[in-house]
Amino acid sequence: MSEEVLLEGHDEEETAPVDELAVSRRWLLLKIGAFFNAVVGVAVAVPVVKYLLSPAKPDGAYKSWVSLGSIDSFPVGETRLAKFTNPVGRAWDGETDRVACWVRRIAQEQFQVFAINCAHLGCPVRWFPQSGLFMCPCHGGAYYADGSRASGPPERGLFTYDTKIVDGDLQIDAGQMPTLSNTAQLVQIQNTPGGSPCAG
Amino acid sequence: MRRLKVLYEWFDRRLQLGEPIKEMALHPVPNKTASWWYVFGSAAFVLLMLQIVTGILLALVYVPSAGQAWNSLNVLNHQLTLGWFLRAMHGWGSNFMVAVVLIHMAQVFLFGAYKFPRELTWVLGVFLLLMTLGMAFTGQVLRFDQDAYWGLGIGASIASRVPFVGNWAVHMMLGGPIIAGATLSRFFAFHVFVIPGMLLAFACLHVWMVLKLGINEWPMPGRIVRRATYAAEYHKLTKKDGRAFVPGAVWKDAFFSAAILAAVAVCAAVLGPYGPGGRPDPTIIQTAPKPDFFFLWLYAVLSYLPPSLETPFLLIAPALGIAGLVALPFCAGEGEKSWHRRPVAILMLTSIALAWSVLTHLGTFTPWSPKMTAWSGGSPVPVRYTHDASPLQRQGAIVFQSKQCRNCHSIAGVGGQRGPALDLVASRMTEDQLIRQVLQGGGNMPAYGKNLSPSEVTALVSFLETLHPANEPPAADASRNAAAVLVTPAHQ
Repeated sequence: MSEEVLLEGHDEEETAPVDELAVSRRWLLLKIGAFFNAVVGVAVAVPVVKYLLSPAKPDGAYKSWVSLGSIDSFPVGETRLAKFTNPVGRAWDGETDRVACWVRRIAQEQFQVFAINCAHLGCPVRWFPQSGLFMCPCHGGAYYADGSRASGPPERGLFTYDTKIVDGDLQIDAGQMPTLSNTAQLVQIQNTPGGSPCAG
Repeated sequence: MRRLKVLYEWFDRRLQLGEPIKEMALHPVPNKTASWWYVFGSAAFVLLMLQIVTGILLALVYVPSAGQAWNSLNVLNHQLTLGWFLRAMHGWGSNFMVAVVLIHMAQVFLFGAYKFPRELTWVLGVFLLLMTLGMAFTGQVLRFDQDAYWGLGIGASIASRVPFVGNWAVHMMLGGPIIAGATLSRFFAFHVFVIPGMLLAFACLHVWMVLKLGINEWPMPGRIVRRATYAAEYHKLTKKDGRAFVPGAVWKDAFFSAAILAAVAVCAAVLGPYGPGGRPDPTIIQTAPKPDFFFLWLYAVLSYLPPSLETPFLLIAPALGIAGLVALPFCAGEGEKSWHRRPVAILMLTSIALAWSVLTHLGTFTPWSPKMTAWSGGSPVPVRYTHDASPLQRQGAIVFQSKQCRNCHSIAGVGGQRGPALDLVASRMTEDQLIRQVLQGGGNMPAYGKNLSPSEVTALVSFLETLHPANEPPAADASRNAAAVLVTPAHQ
């Protein structure tokens, strides 16, 4: 076994005669080959990039009206937790396609629906009816009953969903996690003393 | 024996790896680098191997589906023989890996090992650190419990703060509009394919450069690194005062790596696996999400920053930090290596370590968070506070408890730490100041004007007025005393 001799590169002693033309022809072919690869690469990259970017959709593309149930299940003057299934979902989402929100019934036909996510970093806020505050367990953000900012790190009040009442059902325009970038932005109202920002 | 040799030769004739490996193993390293200070890099590499092996073993069972991931982790914990142990090994291995990588980096910084010609080794090391942290974060997501779910929410909220493309960034991160099945799938792909692949390739390149450029010599005060002369000086040093890498230096690496592996195994066996915590049901809101140990400092930073600074800090600080780390060897590529002559380096390292420890400590007990159950689940206002109180003051104690004041203010050592403890509040605030603070709030306190009736405010403040030491009168308004003095004679 040990006697065998394998081909080794440096055994090839004889060097080919230098032929400028032949060499440049080989390089030309390589360059054409590289160019061909680049063309195919771009052609393949286009669908790949489109595939990768497919989850990114414009604001509103994911949203639709979702029912939170009969308005009778929300007593006037109270704030209650409501749950719904996200309108966009996949079969293997498990429990994660469920979403919670806070429903405040101000008057017979007047509702405010707040996102569960704190406007600071998205943690779930909790409602305390006794003190009339929403409190966030993460960094101590607090909001008043109408969702406006009370204290802590949030820059604005709670995110709200648009609401409407259809055949005695409370519906909200939902479908994506509310964040600072896909909800109403802070509006700086000019000419107000102190220029305090309001959630618009 | 002879047969083995023949077999070896048969393979080596084809693989041709024997010679380069021998050269690598026997290359001379400076005698003083055969030190216990030089063992962290190899330990980090061994931990990476451990994570790959235990990761593959866990992947045999884990289901990367939002609906089933949590269940499959519980099967691993409770139903499969020693499944809990492998989860624990992987979890503790991750903790040790982050720690060892950070210690390795601090040591390299302290020993000036990033200077010429090892700049690129350092830059690759910075990327390796980022990827290690990336693995830690994505791994925490794969645990797919409540903390993972809301941790993703925090990540998405941070991504949404990017100007112009925030919404796009959130969708790309979550794989859709909400945290759900698509989110877990993409984090699985990153944790299992993308980052480990890059991590392994970069780590091998990193080790290759260490072997090719030689191990950093022990820094001596006055031994200056110059680009023109360094290579010759290093070569001379290894010739004059060197030893072969194997076995001269590597035996300490072997001992330390084994000790680290043993420590991981002991931690895993004694302390067990991490979670999974509560079910990833977003409608269960009785939760106080918290990140894993290595991100606690960031969690603390995010509660202390003023709101207006938060977005700039979140988006700019990481970029600046990474740029600074990458730029380091190019700004300080020459000169002194010894810590005896680099006071700024020592100062930077100690301040970073100190800041990190303080923030991590704060992050573990979150004094800024309201204690959500302090008003209902904790002990009531102690009897000694109300024993000699009037009915109005006792009513105030009830208001204090039932209006959740205690979620943020402690009394008798029980309650939140968001606001100041109120045991002695009457000795520092007058009645009027207390009323104003309750009604209008301010200084991180919500205004209670709308949520308390006038009689509740009166009762509450009269209770708060009793909170002062027995031998010290409550704070009083000096102008009122003056008014009282002026009024009294007229009455008489």
